[in-house]
Amino acid sequence: MSLTQGAPREVLGARVPPGTGPAGALTGGGRGRRRGAKPHGKTSPYMFLVVCPFLVLVFVFSYLPLLGWVTALYDYKPALGLGGSEFVGLQWFEILVSSRTQLEQIGQVMVNTLAMSFLGIATSLLPLFFAMFLNEIRATWFRNTVQTLTTLPNFISWVLVYMIAFSLFSTSGLVNTTLHDWGLITVPMKFLDTDQHVWLTMLAWSLWKGVGWGAIMYLAAISGIDPALYESARIDGAGRFQLMRYITFPHLLPTFVVLLILSIANILNNGMEQYYVFQNAFNREYIQVLDLYVYNIGMTGNSLSLATVLSMLKSLISLALLMSANAIAKRVRGTSII
Amino acid sequence: MTTKDTGTPWRHARGDVAFAIVNYAGFVLFALVCGYPFYYLIINSISANDLSALGDVRLFPTGIHLENYTQIFGLPGLTGSLLVSIARTVIGTGATVLASAFLGFMFTQERLRHRSLWYRLVIFTMYFNAGLIPVYVTIHTLGLTNNFWVYILPAIVQPFNIILVKTYVESLPASLQEAAEIDGAGIVTIFFRIMLPNMTPILATVAIFSAVAQWNSFQDTLLYITDQRLYPLQYRLYTYLNQANSLAQAAQNAQGDLGAIASAATTQTPTSIRMTIAVIVVLPIIFVYPLFQRYFVKGIMLGAVKG
Repeated sequence: MSLTQGAPREVLGARVPPGTGPAGALTGGGRGRRRGAKPHGKTSPYMFLVVCPFLVLVFVFSYLPLLGWVTALYDYKPALGLGGSEFVGLQWFEILVSSRTQLEQIGQVMVNTLAMSFLGIATSLLPLFFAMFLNEIRATWFRNTVQTLTTLPNFISWVLVYMIAFSLFSTSGLVNTTLHDWGLITVPMKFLDTDQHVWLTMLAWSLWKGVGWGAIMYLAAISGIDPALYESARIDGAGRFQLMRYITFPHLLPTFVVLLILSIANILNNGMEQYYVFQNAFNREYIQVLDLYVYNIGMTGNSLSLATVLSMLKSLISLALLMSANAIAKRVRGTSII
Repeated sequence: MTTKDTGTPWRHARGDVAFAIVNYAGFVLFALVCGYPFYYLIINSISANDLSALGDVRLFPTGIHLENYTQIFGLPGLTGSLLVSIARTVIGTGATVLASAFLGFMFTQERLRHRSLWYRLVIFTMYFNAGLIPVYVTIHTLGLTNNFWVYILPAIVQPFNIILVKTYVESLPASLQEAAEIDGAGIVTIFFRIMLPNMTPILATVAIFSAVAQWNSFQDTLLYITDQRLYPLQYRLYTYLNQANSLAQAAQNAQGDLGAIASAATTQTPTSIRMTIAVIVVLPIIFVYPLFQRYFVKGIMLGAVKG
């Protein structure tokens, strides 16, 4: 991981226009700048003392939980504590691979997880196209209004998204009552309490929430493209679509590739909030992604230890994926992405 | 926000006009799909409750009244939830901003021994965590379940914010600090008197991101809190969405003594209660977001910079 001070910086491969504050200044690279060095360059224990409380917080909430991995070897009951819980060795790992129903359940969970991740990756070009086509609109007020409205959903919680889904798509919601009033349906359609099209519905909501916001980085990248490129191409007789295809698109590609690699590294991490709020008895089979499954069996299914086993495997595999993604990025682009 | 006008230059031709029409229409449609649900919630929360319960309020508010907003706080626990939401947003944001500013600054200081080791340890937590259950077990062991501070303490050190501040501090002229050092100022004095005032632009970005995250947070309540008095608004709304029966009961209670004289238009229904809470939850975002949009945009651009 290239976290070293003074490593070359770049803004996801995109050029940032000058005058955008610190981001612009960063592209020059921080190499050689060393701040706060006293002439004699001594370190001071006092400096460590004032930082220490914060390091303790990081240790307690991010590293101490690693100790919790030992609960995977116990039949852990929170009320009894670790001392009172029974030591069971590798029993949970055996259950994970020996029980047929358990295997089938986890198989379905993995299919859901990968399906959601791949659908997300398959649609990850949408923000890029959103930005490219919005850029073709000349009226600034229109572009700003569109941007404000389409980025707004990114800033509400998944609970509120579900509230909106509920008021629009429940059996007594806006869509059903409207269709009913127009005489198009007689029986309300079930959009939420159903096991049909669960993946596509979930994809649609995450696109609704994320596309506008995802486009912002591409829009910024577009504003960093040298206008002279467009002018000279136009003199050579290029039309609108040729300019988009041969100038704008290639300039956005590096940003896209970095985000793509990152999303491949995050293939097991769907998060649980979206799936948790939309989850119900009808769609549970198809909506349980790994993060939600861990929650469901750990916090409601009363098997904290089995959930820990899954948590642990997930964390390790994710870390391995991230490291390999980073290595690939290093080889392909010459710089690491994290 | 202001993006430079770099639209592809184009000539007026029939094809271009057709393209413009389709392009504008597409964006109008998408903007409506994104914006209309918010409008729908708002007009329903101020319309006649018997109409909104039937889903008959679609384009314009009908029978406008504000009774919902006065009666909603008759719901047991709702005022408490509002206070919890406000408290966690204010305290959490304040703590994160100060911690991010301080750590971001300290990680630029060569006099901090093993500086890059500490920095890496902090940033690494952005990419790796022990997992939901081990974190739960730790928090439970620390006695932070059913404790207000579980909203604040784990959220104080945010690696992403620290990267933002650190890169910002590195872009400031080094002479700022050197001058103060020559005058004999200590590190804490330098931080509060010299650096903090100069960091305000980036701290505004940190503050706005952190405030939205705190206001919207829901998962920590789900995991760590069972005490209803500690429910923030988001979680309260979620419980109302899932308890239609208890909600109808609550609706009657909220009516209280007014029940006898209230008309159908102002009688609380499950729909009116849900809509009204949803609007209370989303209104701060709708008002704050357009005003601070440029800070959000700056945040995402800076966040794209590698740690």
